[in-house]
Amino acid sequence: MKRLLPVLTVLIVIIIAWYGAAVGMNAKWAQDQALRQNIELNTSVLIADTWNQDRPRLPAPHQVAQELWKTTGAMMIKGKAMSKRSLIFHGWITLSATLLGFVIGTGAGILLAVGIVYNKAMDMSVMPWAIASQTIPILAIAPMIIVVLNSIGIQGLIPKAIISAYLSFFPVVVGMVKGLRSPDQQQLDLLSTYNANRRQGFWKLRLPSSMPYLFTALKIGMAASLVGAIVGELPTGAIRGLGARMLTGSYYGQTIQIWSALFAAAILAATLVGIIGYIQYRTLKRMGMQP
Amino acid sequence: MNWVIAALVCWILGYWINHRLAHTRLSNSRLISLAIPIIFGFTILFIWEALVRGFNVPMVIIPAPTVIASRFAVSLDILWVDFVQTFVKGAMSGYIIGCGSAFVIAILIDRSPFLQKGLLPVGNFIAALPIVGTAPILVMWFGFDWQSKAAVVVAMVFFPMLVNTMQGLAATDRMQRDLMATYSASYFQTLIKLRLPAAMPAVFNGLKIATTLALIGAIVAEFFGSPIKGMGFRISTEVGKLGLDMVWAEITVAAIAGSAFYGAIALIERGLTFWHPSQRGQ
Repeated sequence: MKRLLPVLTVLIVIIIAWYGAAVGMNAKWAQDQALRQNIELNTSVLIADTWNQDRPRLPAPHQVAQELWKTTGAMMIKGKAMSKRSLIFHGWITLSATLLGFVIGTGAGILLAVGIVYNKAMDMSVMPWAIASQTIPILAIAPMIIVVLNSIGIQGLIPKAIISAYLSFFPVVVGMVKGLRSPDQQQLDLLSTYNANRRQGFWKLRLPSSMPYLFTALKIGMAASLVGAIVGELPTGAIRGLGARMLTGSYYGQTIQIWSALFAAAILAATLVGIIGYIQYRTLKRMGMQP
Repeated sequence: MNWVIAALVCWILGYWINHRLAHTRLSNSRLISLAIPIIFGFTILFIWEALVRGFNVPMVIIPAPTVIASRFAVSLDILWVDFVQTFVKGAMSGYIIGCGSAFVIAILIDRSPFLQKGLLPVGNFIAALPIVGTAPILVMWFGFDWQSKAAVVVAMVFFPMLVNTMQGLAATDRMQRDLMATYSASYFQTLIKLRLPAAMPAVFNGLKIATTLALIGAIVAEFFGSPIKGMGFRISTEVGKLGLDMVWAEITVAAIAGSAFYGAIALIERGLTFWHPSQRGQ
């Protein structure tokens, strides 16, 4: 409770500020409408109107929540969870690309990290580029990948997964190399006094001690994968996925739709990172690395 | 066919040179640790060039590095206009506003432990969300020009910067603050002489994370609408026209701008936190 109270206070303040901002941003539209119909608006009617417009500049929190419920839970109850108007459907499209890309990216990243740790030439040639890649906005090549793959007949899941994969690849390489190098000389020396060979050194010392670094990198990689999949849905006028929902929403001025897609993406990101965090907690606890 | 063989030879040669260089006695010297990644980079570029020529890969799939370089050279004026629009106007102004306000707010809420306990988890949570998604909303609010891009950048850099500054301000320990108290230092004296300097490594960590985020935010926001200039605009329209050489030229600009920006912040960091263990002995 002691930890929850400040967080709840901050959240409540944010929601109140949001309602306030909704009044400020939507008031002009409400005034214009009233002027056209020659109605005088008093304050309470004005405020009620700003919170319930069809296409507000800033939808109020309850409108977004309603839209989210209408496109997820309510559709599930009606048994139309996979219809094209359902956010579950769009979320699944994005999620499948994210997960496929994440698995490919982290798998390749871990393999390259192992190569870098055991091969000095590879370490010295690849590692500076892997670190430099973190300072470069590599997300910018996402539209190109989509269009190029589209022109040779590959579309749908794979191009988005490729973007997700390369976005999660580099953080995992850098984090995993750090992790595999984290055992200090004493521990390595101890293993060599046991006459352990390199393979045993890897499985019994390097890999276990890299776990905290790996999980941190996985969390960053997962968030990056999701961003990649969403941005991958923007060009070529995709019609499915959370990114496409945002794009069509912005074309037709459906602000509530954009906000609900945004919140769906946020919930998805939080859930995915949360799952990794839980696995991290359980794993490190069993390994005795966390109290 | 000759080109494919050339690519293969180049690969083996490049690997051999780097392997030899990495296992000489001088392999930890500065020169060689700089030479090896450069050789690797050129090897990749040559293999790319040779494979594209060898297999006659059409330009709409992937252009050869020489084609990209010549496109880069002839369209310097367009690239410069795009760079100013996206980087100087969009990314930089957003970066300064976002990081500056996050820094100030972190110092303000530092006086209230209650707010800190509330904002740190919320900030950490928001920093992990796909904030780029706010781009369509902000483009709708602030118009097509650079102001909306700056707004996206502010939204992206604010929370990572806030969280890092807050953690930095908490970096001093009880003993150090007690020492300041025995000197009867006021709150502001403690802040300026002890806590801000001690916070600098974490602050710069946040600033460095924010450099990449700023560029990504400015470029992606242009996918949602932009005046007829800007790096993101050029990438999305040239991709539509299958002018991939121009796309790659823009990406080269983005890469150079991104690493130069990061490098500049890292240089400032080295000047300001010369006392920190991670900066000493280099």
